[in-house]
Amino acid sequence: MDLALKPEHKAFADEVRDFARKNLSPATREKTFSGKHFDRDDHVVWQQALGRQGWLAYTWPKKYGGPGWGVTERFLFENVLAEEGAPRIIPFGVKMVGPVIYTFGNDEQKERFLPGIRSSEVSWCQGYSEPGAGSDLANLRTRAVREGDHYIVNGQKTWTSYAHWGDWIFCLVRTNTEAKAQEGISFLLIDMKTPGVTVRPIIMLDGAHAVNDVFLDNVKVPVANLIGKENEGWTCAKFLLANERLGIAEVPASKRGVGMLRAIATDSLRDDPSMAEKIADVDLQVQALEMSELRALSTMALGGAPGPEVSTLKVRGSEIQQRIAELAMEAVGEYAAPYQPGMLFHDTNETPVGPDHAPPAAPRYFNMRKTSIYGGSTEIQKNIVSKMVLGL
Amino acid sequence: MDLSLSDEQKQLQEQAERFVRDKYAFDARRKIAATERGWLPENWAQFAELGWLGMSFSEEDGGYGGGPIETMIVMEQFGKGLVLEPFLPTVVLGGGMIARSGSKAQKEALLAPMIEGKKQFALAWLERQSRYNLADVSLKATKEGAGWSLSGHKGVVYNAASADHIIVLARTAGSAREPKGLTLFIVDGKAKGLSRRDYPTQDALRASELTFDKVSVGADAVLGKVDEGFAVVEDGVDRAIVALCAEATGCMDAINAATLEYIKTRKQFGVPIGKFQVLQHRMVDCFTNAQEARSMTLMASLKIDDKDPVVRAKAASGAKVQIGKSGKFCGQSAVQMHGGMGVTDELSVSHYFKRLTMIDLMFGNQQHHLTRYSNLAMAA
Amino acid sequence: MDLAFTPEEQKFADQVRAFVKANLPADVRDKVKNGKHLGRDDYMRWQQALGKKGWLVYTWPKKHGGPGFTPAQRYIFENICAEEYAPGIIPFGTKMVGPVIYTFGNEEQKAKYLDPIRLSTVWWCQGYSEPGSGSDLASLRTKAEKDGDHYIVNGSKTWNTMGHWADWIFCLVRTDPKAKPQEGISFLLIDMKTPGITVKPIIMADGGHEVNEVFFDNVKVPVANLVGKENEGWTCAKFLLANERLGIAAVPQSKRGVEALKDIARAEQDNGRPLIENKSFAEKIADLEIQVTALEYTELRVLSSMAHGGQPGPEVSGLKIRGSEIQQRLTELTMEAVGEYSAPYLPGLLWQGTNEAPVGPEYAHLAAPRYFNTRKTTIYGGSNEIQKGIISKMVLGL
Ligand SMILES: Cc1cc2nc3c(=O)[nH]c(=O)nc-3n(C[C@H](O)[C@H](O)[C@H](O)COP(=O)(O)OP(=O)(O)OC[C@H]3O[C@@H](n4cnc5c(N)ncnc54)[C@H](O)[C@@H]3O)c2cc1C
Ligand SMILES: Cc1cc2nc3c(=O)[nH]c(=O)nc-3n(C[C@H](O)[C@H](O)[C@H](O)COP(=O)(O)OP(=O)(O)OC[C@H]3O[C@@H](n4cnc5c(N)ncnc54)[C@H](O)[C@@H]3O)c2cc1C
Ligand SMILES: Cc1cc2nc3c(=O)[nH]c(=O)nc-3n(C[C@H](O)[C@H](O)[C@H](O)COP(=O)(O)OP(=O)(O)OC[C@H]3O[C@@H](n4cnc5c(N)ncnc54)[C@H](O)[C@@H]3O)c2cc1C
Repeated sequence: MDLALKPEHKAFADEVRDFARKNLSPATREKTFSGKHFDRDDHVVWQQALGRQGWLAYTWPKKYGGPGWGVTERFLFENVLAEEGAPRIIPFGVKMVGPVIYTFGNDEQKERFLPGIRSSEVSWCQGYSEPGAGSDLANLRTRAVREGDHYIVNGQKTWTSYAHWGDWIFCLVRTNTEAKAQEGISFLLIDMKTPGVTVRPIIMLDGAHAVNDVFLDNVKVPVANLIGKENEGWTCAKFLLANERLGIAEVPASKRGVGMLRAIATDSLRDDPSMAEKIADVDLQVQALEMSELRALSTMALGGAPGPEVSTLKVRGSEIQQRIAELAMEAVGEYAAPYQPGMLFHDTNETPVGPDHAPPAAPRYFNMRKTSIYGGSTEIQKNIVSKMVLGL
Repeated sequence: MDLSLSDEQKQLQEQAERFVRDKYAFDARRKIAATERGWLPENWAQFAELGWLGMSFSEEDGGYGGGPIETMIVMEQFGKGLVLEPFLPTVVLGGGMIARSGSKAQKEALLAPMIEGKKQFALAWLERQSRYNLADVSLKATKEGAGWSLSGHKGVVYNAASADHIIVLARTAGSAREPKGLTLFIVDGKAKGLSRRDYPTQDALRASELTFDKVSVGADAVLGKVDEGFAVVEDGVDRAIVALCAEATGCMDAINAATLEYIKTRKQFGVPIGKFQVLQHRMVDCFTNAQEARSMTLMASLKIDDKDPVVRAKAASGAKVQIGKSGKFCGQSAVQMHGGMGVTDELSVSHYFKRLTMIDLMFGNQQHHLTRYSNLAMAA
Repeated sequence: MDLAFTPEEQKFADQVRAFVKANLPADVRDKVKNGKHLGRDDYMRWQQALGKKGWLVYTWPKKHGGPGFTPAQRYIFENICAEEYAPGIIPFGTKMVGPVIYTFGNEEQKAKYLDPIRLSTVWWCQGYSEPGSGSDLASLRTKAEKDGDHYIVNGSKTWNTMGHWADWIFCLVRTDPKAKPQEGISFLLIDMKTPGITVKPIIMADGGHEVNEVFFDNVKVPVANLVGKENEGWTCAKFLLANERLGIAAVPQSKRGVEALKDIARAEQDNGRPLIENKSFAEKIADLEIQVTALEYTELRVLSSMAHGGQPGPEVSGLKIRGSEIQQRLTELTMEAVGEYSAPYLPGLLWQGTNEAPVGPEYAHLAAPRYFNTRKTTIYGGSNEIQKGIISKMVLGL
């Protein structure tokens, strides 16, 4: 057992850092460290740079165009990028639909879709949730009816992150209404430009626009866009959810968050040991989570698969992200009150009311409540562990 | 980076598991706890035979060249069985400090026989007023010819009654609570002028109050350097903390397993109580807490040999915070989920709960270590 | 609305304080103050003094021989008793079976049982729980079969607090095994000296003996000891549980506990200063004190609505939940204050009141046992999970 890095790993980390410094735009980087929201370009320009380097699909095996990295490289890659202030890689293409396609798709589909994901030329979004199907995802009702070599899709998806930026959406649709809930679902890829697709923004509690309703009205989708077999989409869906949970712990970003938090709180820290101790406490929580993740990765490196206990990483990871946001707001104090949307969403020359780090503090705290809801809420994760791990 | 156990380490783990299974069934432990010594010499002899007493010492010190990971492996199993033999005070604290700071003569006289199972140690650092400040020492050692004379009081000294030698932290210079001016002395357990009041502890270990009334020791009793004992004891305690954390993870695994089993079998309202979602989620939280404890213990075990004392101190304190938090959560939850049975002496849960509680208080509780970690992190 | 006491209330308070000072035996007061365990006789001496004054059953209405205190008087009485280190009144007679008897019993039963409860000449214990029936009380199996003018009782009860000191036990027994579980239960009073009753101690995690198993082997109980109608005992049972939950919040004791904790934090050293000057620790005490205040005001609101004719509703469960958590936190912080000196376990001093000298200060050896023991408060009287279940169903309609 050993925590130390081998020389080749140190060289690798330097290479990643060097790449990030050269390719990450200063404006984007600055947004990260000032807590502003990214726009589409921030993400796309950065992801395309990674794509050109062959690093965007960094979790993929070589055979599908990934770099084929081991656990240590992945760990270093994620950490260095976070330290350098890179935006998180939007997961819907590379972490979600990509692996589904190379695992369950046919050769034609692999050829058609994987390159666009690897290069970030094509943006994806996730069409799982519906108004009546949140935690109870299998209850979804969006219908796809076969007509010749097309499906006609009708229904509504909701909470679709970045649908307003998306070129394509991967959807769970119901192809059989007679079967058991889980057995009548299929996994379908839909071009967002197809007639009948409408996107309507949902504004979040901090004023941000990130999620949407997506209405599907007699949308014609070629049967060739079906992944896996008809009515076997639930297998793809669950495979994807398990992958989603692993990355969602967001340890590297939270490590960065702790650093930012210490910076925000510096002035008051010397006189306020309780604040310092609260930060120390969350710092330790991040370390514990990181070690747990490393332990999970280390079993995976020995050939094990991520088990349902990954759910606990998601639970703690989301609590930690929320806690960091909460403490940042606590550190700001009453100057968290002024609502300054200009400072959050746009490039303005406005001067902030209060310190520079004040405007995003409360909005971020409000926004971060989402982390224990999306990707399977905390309660649902605990149900999963209770059933699958503890046998209750 | 590699977090898997080597084959030898896996064997050690199996060996320790087997020992606990064979010798530490709940009722057997109760009998051991009720003996006068509070532990069994035959078990200690077995530790020696299995090489556990020497596994973490270098070969030149007569050991087998292992380190903190080996200690972690064994301590974790000890936690599962609530093992009572004084491994922590003798091997981790006493043996460890002598190995790192002792003279050649001291190692020959003390460490070698300890590895053979023939000597036991205790560390006397705490005093009535010290709380968790290792430097808050008023027991005085004054020069007496070539040697020293020790007078004062030490409290809650684990294993003092069985120890052949007691390592005593004494003030040789400086003012109250000053780290400089502290010296460690190795004192014979039966020295003239040393009196003991022995008692059991809440978790069935043995400890004592020690009164030193002009106890004379030679110059060769000094462990390390005169006036420079603080760093030695701080480092020794940090290492003991990491071992203690491993014990706590074992306790947590065991108490969680017992509780899981209980809520699967205890029926109320016609169903196993584990069907109620509040208990399910609480059980999941216990599981998560134990996972985190294990992660932090592993991290600390991997870092406790680091060259930088700040890295070591942060690792030990960080793990101790986690163990305190997780131990309390798992312990309290286990009792609650057992209902009335949880507060009786009858089942193992209350015994694990008591041990986890005392582990939190030992060498500084969660709060103390959070403050210490916070100060170290701020200074960085 | 007014927080201040009226002059009459003020006068009453002085009267209570004077009474407690004059009548609480000094040795009992000392034991309470130092957190020691009390013996049967300690409780009895104090309760009998209260009984003579007519205050032991301070929650009873006048017509059943209670003093008819207003809510304000109750509050004052409870708080002053706690401040003066009086022992808690054992609830089984005064707060549990007494009100059941005067509400559901017949005249003969009232005449026979109420006076000894008022005067504390008889010690009662509660026989509800069974090994298979804890949270699911209605599943109880102890059987009572009618045989002429007697019931023959067979079965076992468990967790009987102070059953080893009791003269009488009130039991829930099954009289109709065929009916729905709740509809075949009766409320029976049983003399502990009746042949066929055996009491076996259960030892608690701290080594103490306060609860017991009670076995019934063909115990003959006169039918005259049935309270209410046969098979309608569940009504009495639930009435009693609601009463039990009210007192269980133990606010005055917790207030006293906070003060005791502060004393300990003043006496304990931390880096050469009193521990109470340690900011993190002081904040923990402050946090607890605020929780106690919140609970106190919630209880006052409940008492006030009762004074205006309301009944204690299911929201009382909320008081029990917070009250028990606060009691636990108090012991946890006390142990934290004592630190490593909590470790010595001195059963002689703890249980037998021997002259063994304590290790460290007197309060030190009590800290950990109390912490262990107090885990019970979230379990007994209906566990906190069960209380939340009740609130969720009865208050929130879930
Ligand atoms: C910011 C954000 C972005 C999102 N992005 C996407 C996206 O891109 N694509 C997409 O498909 N979806 C997305 N989602 C949807 C997300 O996956 C759902 O919100 C989530 O699955 C919860 O569903 P719900 O909101 O309908 O809540 P509900 O399912 O109605 O749950 C409400 C509450 O009930 C609890 N609950 C439900 N069932 C149980 C149970 N069995 N036991 C205990 N508690 C239970 C939940 O934990 C929650 O607290 C996003 C959500 C948010 C907030
Ligand atoms: C399934 C899924 C669904 C998603 N759906 C949505 C969605 O609907 N809407 C959406 O906006 N995003 C969504 N995301 C993506 C993600 O939530 C966003 O990228 C993120 O919220 C935007 O913030 P960020 O990138 O600045 O945070 P990051 O840069 O990733 O920061 C992460 C952490 O750093 C810390 N941190 C950052 N800045 C500060 C600061 N100023 N002060 C203190 N701490 C700080 C925070 O604690 C945070 O936890 C989704 C992700 C997944 C996996
Ligand atoms: C010190 C002490 C003194 C006592 N004194 C007396 C006495 O004098 N007389 C007397 O009759 N009884 C007494 N009791 C018994 C007490 O009332 C029971 O212990 C209590 O009702 C719980 O029952 P149980 O112990 O069987 O636990 P169980 O009912 O087995 O409960 C075990 C766990 O499961 C949980 N649980 C059970 N059902 C549910 C549910 N539906 N939903 C969610 N969680 C659930 C509980 O909350 C608990 O955490 C005493 C108990 C103690 C500990």
